[in-house]
Amino acid sequence: MTTDSELPPDGVPVLAVADLQKHYGALTAVDGLSFKVGLGEIVGLLGPNGAGKTTTINMVLGLLEPSAGEVRIGGIDLRARRGAALARTNFAAVYSALPGNLTVRQNLRIFALLYDVAGVTRRIDELIEEFDLAHLADTKCGLLSSGEQTRAALAKALLNRPELLLLDEPTASLDPSAAQIVRDRIKGLAASRRCGILWTSHNMHEVEAVCDRVLFLSHGRLLLEGEPRSLPERHGVATLEDLFIRVAREPLSARHEGAA
Amino acid sequence: MKPRPIGGVILRQIYLLRGSPVRLFPMITWVAIDIVLWGFITRYLNSIEGHGMNFVPTLLGAVLLWDFCTRIMQGISTAFLEDVWSHNFLNLFASPLSIAEYVAGLVATSVLTSALGLAAMLALATLVFGLDFFSMGLALVAFLGILFIFGVTLGILGTGIVLRYGPASEWLLWPIPAVLAPFAAVFYPLSTLPQWMQLIARCLPPAYVFGGMRAVLAGRPLPVHELGIGALLSVAGLVLSAWVYGRVYRHAVRTGLLARYSAEGAS
Repeated sequence: MTTDSELPPDGVPVLAVADLQKHYGALTAVDGLSFKVGLGEIVGLLGPNGAGKTTTINMVLGLLEPSAGEVRIGGIDLRARRGAALARTNFAAVYSALPGNLTVRQNLRIFALLYDVAGVTRRIDELIEEFDLAHLADTKCGLLSSGEQTRAALAKALLNRPELLLLDEPTASLDPSAAQIVRDRIKGLAASRRCGILWTSHNMHEVEAVCDRVLFLSHGRLLLEGEPRSLPERHGVATLEDLFIRVAREPLSARHEGAA
Repeated sequence: MKPRPIGGVILRQIYLLRGSPVRLFPMITWVAIDIVLWGFITRYLNSIEGHGMNFVPTLLGAVLLWDFCTRIMQGISTAFLEDVWSHNFLNLFASPLSIAEYVAGLVATSVLTSALGLAAMLALATLVFGLDFFSMGLALVAFLGILFIFGVTLGILGTGIVLRYGPASEWLLWPIPAVLAPFAAVFYPLSTLPQWMQLIARCLPPAYVFGGMRAVLAGRPLPVHELGIGALLSVAGLVLSAWVYGRVYRHAVRTGLLARYSAEGAS
């Protein structure tokens, strides 16, 4: 669990990715990616399907070994000190729900132990209240609606008060009202300057509303980086969505032209 | 290794058992069926006049010890497969939980579930068929210890197979004890086997345990030297299985299999 004394020293990013690469034989999934996430910052990791976003997140979470490059969480080298680095991290992803055959409270207790959280019962009660899960605490996660599952997954993601929070499409299955509440909570979390957040989403309006900075990936490379509200204008398009579409289609168009 | 993450792995299995008591059913039922079946076979064999032998301790005792060993293996495998079936790999392995802590949690879980099976087998074999399991004395501690380590070894190797070849390879796990049983000389002396099978049997720790058990029950001295070889083999097997598992895990992390299996489930 991250306490004030354990927060990274001033100037040390909560996440520093340097020249990250992942090759599967001849296929390159991530190609020399470098970026940083600072304390209190929400960074959007954007790109079309297959751009390398999930591969990057899996490498940051220690689930996938990079072919080359370095991941540092709060200054700690993930490869050299996996346990210490991951103790400062947590994540919620639309494709990684909590086990459906255990209740919300049981799952939270188990993950609190896995993350070696101090004061387990109190922390679980705080999160259950924060995410409005009190009436669902003893319900099996598999029986929850997708929105309720997301709230439970977010509660799990905050158990260890992570310094780095990875959110892979956290609002994908929520209705607009629930999504708004989740966005506000996460913005509040970043504003408290206790963590930095790496956020992936295909909802460009959401990204504009939430992210301080965005990174556009395509074919495993960082194509564009900047502030989401000014970036479209700088590239001659009206909205972030237009920019996304251009980034997503450009490589394909280039290939078609090359083939013609 | 930190105790609390290991506790988390154990607690998950306890919650699963508590939430769905039907999970207890196979832990007790299959071993009980074995005891009942072999109990009646021994009764029948004892009723045939002229051989002057009591088959209860040799056959029923052997069934009990072998089932204990296989339950240890299956306890580890089942606890691991619970995480495969519930697509929990990403949540687990993106946490600070180390692979050694995870395996330690699986083994501890297996001790709990196997103890239940052992208690059920002992009660049935003692009360219904008159087995005096503890007549083997202190040798029993050595027998159980070696078989426990061998069961853990099989469990680690079994979960390693699933980690390496994916959830669909689950079916490869379950026949392992049945395939090994003829080589382990559970019910007959090693000399009964053809030469090539004896060579394989001599590499398996249970063969020394069951040889030792038959010696003790026949009133001969405990073959300490043979049992020592069995103990050494079991420890060597455990170390080897841990090494293999470490290699398999590193391969899974290098190739992205962990994330892939989580998405695949049991497909």
